[in-house]
Amino acid sequence: MRGRFFYGVKMPKELMNKKDIDRALTRIAHEIIEKNKGIERLGLVGIQRGGVHLARRLASKIKDIEKKDIPVGLLDIGFYRDDLNIRKEQPVIRKTEVPFEVTDLKIILVDDVLFTGRSIRAALDALIDLGRPAAIQLAVLIDRGHRELPIKADYVGKNIPTALSETVEVHLEEEGLEDRVILEKVDTER
Amino acid sequence: MLNRKDLLGIKELSKDEINLILDTAAGFKDVLGRDIKKVPTLRGKTAVNLFFEPSTRTRTSFELAAKRLSTDVINFSVPTSSVVKGESLIDTALTVQALGADFIIIRHSSAGVPHLLAKKLRASVINAGDGTNEHPTQALLDAFTIREKKGRIEGLEIAIVGDIIHSRVAKSNIYCLTKLGARVRLIGPPTLIPEEIRGTGVEVFHDMEAGLKDADVVIMLRIQMERQGKGFFPSTEEYSKNWGLTAERFSLAKDDAIVMHPGPMNRGIEITSEIADGPRSVILEQVTNGLAVRMAVMYLLAGVKR
Amino acid sequence: MKIIIKNGHIIDPSQGIDGVGDILIEDGKIKEISTQHSALSTSSSAHRTIDAIGLYVLPGLIDMHTHLRDPGFEYKETIKTGTKAAVKGGFTTVCCMPNTYPVNDNASVTEFIIRKAAQEGHCTVLPIGAITKGQKGEELAEIGTMRNEGCIAFSDDGRPVMNSLMMRRALEYSKAFNVPIISHCEDLTLSEDGVMNEGLLSVTLGLKGIPSEAEEIMVYRDLSLSKLTGGRLHIAHVSTEGSVKLIRDAKKRGVNVTAETCPHYFSITEDAVTGYDTNAKVNPPLRTERDIKAIKEGLQDGTIDVIATDHAPHHMDEKLQEFDKSPSGISGLETALGLSLRLVEGGILTMGQLIEKMALNPARILGIKRGTLQTDTNADVVLLDMNREFTVEVDRFLSKGKNTPFRGWILKGMPVITISKGRIYEWQ
Repeated sequence: MRGRFFYGVKMPKELMNKKDIDRALTRIAHEIIEKNKGIERLGLVGIQRGGVHLARRLASKIKDIEKKDIPVGLLDIGFYRDDLNIRKEQPVIRKTEVPFEVTDLKIILVDDVLFTGRSIRAALDALIDLGRPAAIQLAVLIDRGHRELPIKADYVGKNIPTALSETVEVHLEEEGLEDRVILEKVDTER
Repeated sequence: MLNRKDLLGIKELSKDEINLILDTAAGFKDVLGRDIKKVPTLRGKTAVNLFFEPSTRTRTSFELAAKRLSTDVINFSVPTSSVVKGESLIDTALTVQALGADFIIIRHSSAGVPHLLAKKLRASVINAGDGTNEHPTQALLDAFTIREKKGRIEGLEIAIVGDIIHSRVAKSNIYCLTKLGARVRLIGPPTLIPEEIRGTGVEVFHDMEAGLKDADVVIMLRIQMERQGKGFFPSTEEYSKNWGLTAERFSLAKDDAIVMHPGPMNRGIEITSEIADGPRSVILEQVTNGLAVRMAVMYLLAGVKR
Repeated sequence: MKIIIKNGHIIDPSQGIDGVGDILIEDGKIKEISTQHSALSTSSSAHRTIDAIGLYVLPGLIDMHTHLRDPGFEYKETIKTGTKAAVKGGFTTVCCMPNTYPVNDNASVTEFIIRKAAQEGHCTVLPIGAITKGQKGEELAEIGTMRNEGCIAFSDDGRPVMNSLMMRRALEYSKAFNVPIISHCEDLTLSEDGVMNEGLLSVTLGLKGIPSEAEEIMVYRDLSLSKLTGGRLHIAHVSTEGSVKLIRDAKKRGVNVTAETCPHYFSITEDAVTGYDTNAKVNPPLRTERDIKAIKEGLQDGTIDVIATDHAPHHMDEKLQEFDKSPSGISGLETALGLSLRLVEGGILTMGQLIEKMALNPARILGIKRGTLQTDTNADVVLLDMNREFTVEVDRFLSKGKNTPFRGWILKGMPVITISKGRIYEWQ
């Protein structure tokens, strides 16, 4: 702890508060409806874990607007990651539960933070193993840049330029925290 | 986390590690229910089934589990007799490793062989049954099945019936189920249940009826015909009369009790067909769950950097 | 050649000596021994004077139970390497068991061993002949002829004589030649193919157990046969509490019996097998704390007369096998004294009693004039530094057998000089 105090100074900065997040999700819900001209043959799939909560929130907002249910699925991408050979520890496998046939549906993939694009690549593979969607779109709360793959989000809550040494954390009520997005600068000089 | 290179036995695992394997297996069971039953998770890895004892079921299960993870599998069956004449165990294992094996799945008639190989090899060693010591993946799949059917393991009354002393399945199950908080009862003739085993925290019954009373789960073990000639019991008929599972006896267990068997079964000896094929038998589900559990084990072991 | 050992702490139970003094050795014999009350009469110039201040000066140790593997299994050990290891361990006499190839069941093999030992041996080698031809338990070997050739005891070690009538005959017949019959007590029908002590640990390791009773049944049988015949019985490597009790009781009743145990039976338990360490595989198997306690009591009250090594060297490849396939045995010559000195440290035995168990008693049982520092006996002498600690490192073993469960142990008390067969060995 002493080491952290003197050398690894964390400087948290709030990027979004509860209201900001809610507004962004409301906007994304509208954009999804607008872009797809309604919600016919549409499904939301959240990536474990943050994406799952956001997908559920989006579904509820869409229902408020359209007065119709939109199906929500949960996707774990552990089996499809490209870093399994270089990690020290295997990622914990969480539930994959997509309770609808994805084939011929338009799927909105939902995640909290878009960074290198590797998780989305894994999610695309995972989704395609479940069937053949008519189209896949991507919705994220934060796009922090630094893409390593040619992947782009269709719906973005907030674009935030970051340094590689920084981390972005999305805290959500569903995880027992206060809704907020935090940028942490980790001083790596030691 | 499962911070180990090898899976040698349940003895060595903590409760948390067992639960991690079972939780992970649940994820893999999803995959097995899909049209595309294969994930790219362990692409480019190689598993070798090094079997010094014949076993079609376990070998096939490991083989399919590996394939479902996109791992290449080689079957290297070694009849023990030729090993006696030929190369040493260690040399055989080193040869297999030199072929590029990341996983060596070993079955051997001598207890401790996986432990010996684990010390000498870089590859992950998975014990697929060593002598009368352990058969960890069988116990894990049994625990997985029980958890799935009963929703929990803690507090359950689980009876294991048969040749305990020679059964690696029984041993692994005892360690696994007691670690997870079940109460384990062993049932069988005194010649097949060593007194000392009470030291593992189990209850011992020589009377089948008494042992089955109010059980939640009944695990039947295969009785080996050759034990008859060695004085463990006088005849399979007598064994069956006293310790075979019939519908009448099974009715002593709880109304919602399930019955399990690691296979292959001797129908009409340790278990009647009526029970084996009955609505409370989960014997075939055990086989399916075996795949998920073995995938989980390989997945978790692959994560440890060496 | 004259050697004087000066100012050492001499311990010789055969003469009741326990005090500082000097020893004069001339032409390989003890010439004179003095304690503080009387100086050496000949203070004349010696070729070599050894300053033994702070050291114990002891009679060379005698190992009643050694496997030298020669002839036939020279890849495990030879007379040359085995006796070198012995001398390093403080032994100046070893008795080699007959399970060689060919078996030492006839005078020509005995003669071969004695001749080879005379040429190459670093210490005295006294062969033990087989009781039965080929150690098969069927026909008596030529005990008398082998006795004349130099065998000092008879044993089918490792392959117990299962037939009670044959054992009776051996105990009877050997009386004519006044030699002990050394019995490896194991009921093979009960131990079957067991590989470790029977108990909770064997059950949880999935290894076939050998119950204590497999030893005790045969101890009882052999004690009964000794009583019946009056033959001289020596029970090898006692490992159980029950055996100690049986022998204690038999001695009270006047049965003509002596007994030995080995350092591993009072130093470690069956727990050493955990992890399937084949170096801890030994026959009889390592037992429990309770047995260790009983064996220590047996040593203390004289029930157990002798500490022997059961030195059983094996090749590394043989030990690097399946546990149930690996051969039994521990390479013990170079750790036996260090482990046994722990008994002195722990107050179980005095230094004098330990020397009785490791030198004087073996000599008495075998009827040889050794294990003593009396004048005119062979100058077999060991200088022991109790302040020297050493770590058991198998790479430094002189024995070919590197098989020991004591690897890495730190032992206190090391021979610094061994005088054997007229030669002075100095150890670093």
